[in-house]
Amino acid sequence: MENNNKVAGNEVFSLSNMSVHYGESLAVDGVNLPIYENEITAMIGPSGCGKSTVLRSLNRMNDLIPGAKVGGQVLYHGQDMYGPEVDPVQVRKLIGMVFQKPNPFPKSIYDNVAFGPQTLGMKGDMDEIVEGALKKAALWDDVKDRLKDNAFGMSGGQQQRLCIARAIAVKPDVILMDEPCSALDPISTFKIEDLMMELKKDYTIVIVTHNMQQAARVADRTAFFTVDTERGEGSRVGQLVEFDETSKIFSNPADSRTLDYVTGKFG
Amino acid sequence: MSQGIPKRASGAAMAAAAVTQNIYKGANNKALVGGIMFRLLLLSALGIAMIAILAVIAWALVEGAARVNVGLFVNNPSSFRPEEAGYRPAILGTVQLIAGVILLIVPLGVGAATYLELFADRTRWYNRLIELNIQNLAGVPSIVFGILGLAFIVRGVFDLGFVVAAGSATIAILVLPTVILASREAIRAVPSSLLDGAMALGATRLQAVRKMVLPSAAPGMLTGVILAVARAIGEAAPLLLVGAATFVTFDPNFWQDGYSALPVMIYNYAGRPQEEFHTLAAAGVLVMLVVLFFINSIAVWLRARYERTW
Ligand SMILES: Nc1ncnc2c1ncn2[C@@H]1O[C@H](COP(=O)(O)OP(=O)(O)O)[C@@H](O)[C@H]1O
Ligand SMILES: [Mg+2]
Repeated sequence: MENNNKVAGNEVFSLSNMSVHYGESLAVDGVNLPIYENEITAMIGPSGCGKSTVLRSLNRMNDLIPGAKVGGQVLYHGQDMYGPEVDPVQVRKLIGMVFQKPNPFPKSIYDNVAFGPQTLGMKGDMDEIVEGALKKAALWDDVKDRLKDNAFGMSGGQQQRLCIARAIAVKPDVILMDEPCSALDPISTFKIEDLMMELKKDYTIVIVTHNMQQAARVADRTAFFTVDTERGEGSRVGQLVEFDETSKIFSNPADSRTLDYVTGKFG
Repeated sequence: MSQGIPKRASGAAMAAAAVTQNIYKGANNKALVGGIMFRLLLLSALGIAMIAILAVIAWALVEGAARVNVGLFVNNPSSFRPEEAGYRPAILGTVQLIAGVILLIVPLGVGAATYLELFADRTRWYNRLIELNIQNLAGVPSIVFGILGLAFIVRGVFDLGFVVAAGSATIAILVLPTVILASREAIRAVPSSLLDGAMALGATRLQAVRKMVLPSAAPGMLTGVILAVARAIGEAAPLLLVGAATFVTFDPNFWQDGYSALPVMIYNYAGRPQEEFHTLAAAGVLVMLVVLFFINSIAVWLRARYERTW
């Protein structure tokens, strides 16, 4: 076990006692979680336990939900991400996001990838930027002959890889993925998993998944969330139960609730 | 053992028959009769609407077809030569009026709808008040807008006088609620994943709205604008209040006194005693119907052309 331990890199995110409210209701509370550079960190747990909520707090997408409020501390490379002088738009340039349902823009494949760089006014040859991003997303060979075609004509798996290419095109530091394979068939899922393994060399990746095998396959570390049952009737507050190396979470977790979940007794 | 098998099988067949006996037509006659009655009710409602519109068209054709000629479009009105009188100033007046209406309602309607759908904080009381007001305004009688136009646009704050511009502004306010409601509908039909996707790339809200949401909503907004224009063409009552004259024999100028519009001119001709003027009025109705049919067709075509399933 000991010699198996991964060497932790820099902490990209450090969450301490982090909580999120939606209006009056508390969705997650007391999250303490480090996320390391050039690793894939998975968040697993039953539905409604706040995985997406925590993920959205990492690039301030929660700001778009009226009434959402993040408490505690979220450090990004040591800086308070919710500090008063932080511009959420600048944060999102550095921390990209891939959504559960592929959401290509109603434009050509080329324009989908070029949208970010164009909007952000990035310098450089646009054709090169687009080609580079599509190659990194392992999509170039599929689409190089139909870059002008509408993205809606692609398969679901290709659309999702296009969304990854779109995120890569703006040269982010982190890529967040919220159940990116839940709408995809197994073959497309494996392609995206391969792609993630490739991408973690250049990026830090955080993935929410309800597929435990997926977490076991790709993630370096895994965070298990659940709904806190000790808070009394009617309350459904998410909490982080355990965070560790993926192999440990799946073979020898410290918490019995984690064990129940990963062995399929619950959830 | 072997004797038991057919017995069991027939038992299973009977059970299956009991299950399937209701899958045949006529098994539930009550529901069938109810369904037919409901369908008849719906068809008769549709029929009454169709008969009304067909009656108007037929009447206009029978009464007015004889006067549909070039003179109808290019001649000035005349109060003593109905066989030569035409709609020239009224047609030009309506064209200028509608051009002004479009110039006003497109930016105002799209702007208001965009603000309300994508920027306004619903929890603020003043935003809810604005929404409620717009919905109510859509149901206010047009003559009320005429009075408003007379008090604030012709006279009062803007003091434009009895000019085409004042008519345009009045009609624009009248149809604006419709445009805003249709535009909001169009914006709401654009999935939020588009806005989220753009903003997740680091676009500002304004950029995401301008480059993603509005282009996707544009066909729906355009449909709303076209339907509003169709309504604007037919409005007569508020125009009478803000200065459209029923009888004008010179071409209108957007900023000068003295103009007419198609429905107002038709109203004038229809009110005269001579039979020839009634024919002229029917011919004018025919012209308006053709224009409206054309405009509505564009709206329908646009809607079909850009309909998108997300
Ligand atoms: N936009 C929202 N507005 C209000 N409540 C929300 C919103 N999104 C999520 N929640 C609530 O927050 C809790 C956690 O949801 P979520 O983060 O989506 O869970 P998960 O991704 O683990 O399924 C749930 O109780 C959910 O009802
Ligand atoms: Mg989720």
